[in-house]
Amino acid sequence: MDNSVSPQNSLVSVQNLSFSRGDRKIFDDISLEFERGKITAIMGPSGTGKTTLLKLIGGQLFPAQGSVTVDGNNVHRLRRAELYELRKRMGMLFQSGALLTDMSVFDNVAFPLREHTHLPESMIRTLVLMKLQAVGLRGARDLMPNELSGGMARRIALARAIALDPMMIMYDEPFTGQDPISKGALVHLIKSLNVTLGLTSIIVSHDVQETAAIADYIYVISEGKVVGQGTPKEIEQSESDWVQQFMNGAADGPVHFHYPAKDYVDDLLSTGKRY
Amino acid sequence: MIELLQHLGKNTRTGFTKIGRGTFFLLQTTSGILSVLPRPRLLLNQMYSVGVLSFLIITISGLFVGMVLGLQGYYILSDFGAEETLGVMVAASLVRELGPVVTALLFAGRAGSALTAEIGLMKATEQLSGMEMMAVDPIKRIISPRFLAGFLSMPLLAALFSAVGIIGGQMVGSGLLGVDEGAYWSQMQANIDFQDDIVNGVIKSLVFGFITSWIALFEGYDAIPTSEGVSRATTRTVVNSAFSILGLDFILTALMFGDD
Amino acid sequence: MQHTNTQDTFVGLFVAAGIVGLFFLALQVSNLSSFTAHDTYTVTARFENSGGLKVKSPVSSAGVKIGQVSAISFDPKTYESVVKLSIDKQYNTLPDDTTASVFTAGLLGEQYVNLDAGGSEEYLKDGGKIDVTNSAIILEKALGQFLFKSAEEKK
Repeated sequence: MDNSVSPQNSLVSVQNLSFSRGDRKIFDDISLEFERGKITAIMGPSGTGKTTLLKLIGGQLFPAQGSVTVDGNNVHRLRRAELYELRKRMGMLFQSGALLTDMSVFDNVAFPLREHTHLPESMIRTLVLMKLQAVGLRGARDLMPNELSGGMARRIALARAIALDPMMIMYDEPFTGQDPISKGALVHLIKSLNVTLGLTSIIVSHDVQETAAIADYIYVISEGKVVGQGTPKEIEQSESDWVQQFMNGAADGPVHFHYPAKDYVDDLLSTGKRY
Repeated sequence: MIELLQHLGKNTRTGFTKIGRGTFFLLQTTSGILSVLPRPRLLLNQMYSVGVLSFLIITISGLFVGMVLGLQGYYILSDFGAEETLGVMVAASLVRELGPVVTALLFAGRAGSALTAEIGLMKATEQLSGMEMMAVDPIKRIISPRFLAGFLSMPLLAALFSAVGIIGGQMVGSGLLGVDEGAYWSQMQANIDFQDDIVNGVIKSLVFGFITSWIALFEGYDAIPTSEGVSRATTRTVVNSAFSILGLDFILTALMFGDD
Repeated sequence: MQHTNTQDTFVGLFVAAGIVGLFFLALQVSNLSSFTAHDTYTVTARFENSGGLKVKSPVSSAGVKIGQVSAISFDPKTYESVVKLSIDKQYNTLPDDTTASVFTAGLLGEQYVNLDAGGSEEYLKDGGKIDVTNSAIILEKALGQFLFKSAEEKK
């Protein structure tokens, strides 16, 4: 066990969390720590419920067991108003960007400011332009979301997520489906936001290279359990076959290429049942 | 046989849980209306997409329904030599029944399905979820203004439908078929009662506005967040709205006009 | 912001049109204008038979509507129908020997009370009585009499 992550210094702490959807166990008694001011990545293959974990941290889903503590608050014990108060300090970047399609880029970034503050419009304008400048899209302020490319939409959503100057940001698959240039831009952005604003960042991703390049600490999750954790270097040198397969993208290994089936030769030779 | 019973039991159970979710949703929505009132801009925007965009279809349909009523009514009434009561017949059918009911059906098809699709797509593209994470309650911000707009638009649309229809009936009746214009209006005024006919018609359309807005918004909010799920929800909105409108219309009519 | 301004205009037009529609229904289509706009006074008329007369049936004189029936009751002593007529205050010069008759508008039309002015110098007042009344003509009765008569004439 690596003890470099001490609970005292963590902003988000997940303790003995279990969560099921129907009969399927998504998380089985996992514990994770997310240190203040660091970039922590959660990696694992698709369908392991990484997005679900973010929703659990954000209080949108309730766990069957265990607790999630954010900045000293047990998320699932909070009353509604308190939870909403806490969420103002938590940014989240959705996979699709989740921009509001009926308003312009400018209004989207201004949305949280207008909803939660009583700032005069001139000040909102200044703040929005600053946030847009930070993601390099100040010139796109008058576009509508359907006129944006996927990478631009994600950067706008990022500008919106930092509009209220949160203490942390959760990134849901920020690199998926992006061209190399957009990926590079996002990697750079996440790192620079982390450094300049001192944001605690949680990245959920299965893009090994990009994530390993900026993460301070990585958890690898499979089938509801943590199968590996450590700094990117430690993970790279992990002795676990599973972690090795995931990090190197090997087709076969502990995770089989074939979906469970009966023996291939037997299957071909049998006459098959007529339906 | 056992399977059939199981199937029935399962459907009953899912039906009841849906009604439960719908009721809870309605409570949240109505309590959210209080937070819409200080922000009339939200309501205005929705009045536009719910009311103004339904305006044309409602007035044109109203005109044609009124004209058809004028034509049909004239043929029947002239057999009895009672053409002067054409105005009464047209106005009573429109104000009591056709105005509220046809408006509500058209509203469900035009505005209701659009609401379901809009909310369903917002759910599918994580916009509702995103709003929650921005500490904005999507019920208060998105659902309640639309609900209020639907509820308020319906009586206005129904009144327009009836008014345009009565004028259409007059155009056909006295313009084309030669019913005395004075008789058309005076017979109407003598027989249509403000309390019994007009007010009851408005009450009907308020009830229909309530129920169709509720169904449309809930189906969108409750939709499976995929393109298939949203398209199914849209269909359900139209079907369920039509059933509820016609069923409620019977009950309301029995309550309102029964003891006369 | 131009965008929202035009929207506002359209919403305004829509709401205005809807309200105009409601007023149209209330004032032009229904009888709202005829009984709330003016003050009325009430007179009573007793009929042997008031036929199909109903509350809110029109009261007219010389073919012009001047009021409406406000109540109909049965007097168990005289076996008469007691009809209260609300008449518009502006028509307060009806003589007290006015005749009230229950007529039918057209063959199948609705029934109404017709007032035929008499020659008296005294006017009907609030709470006054109309002494001379003609009952409703019951179609079946009239037909029966007509057939009876024509049968007698043939003899």
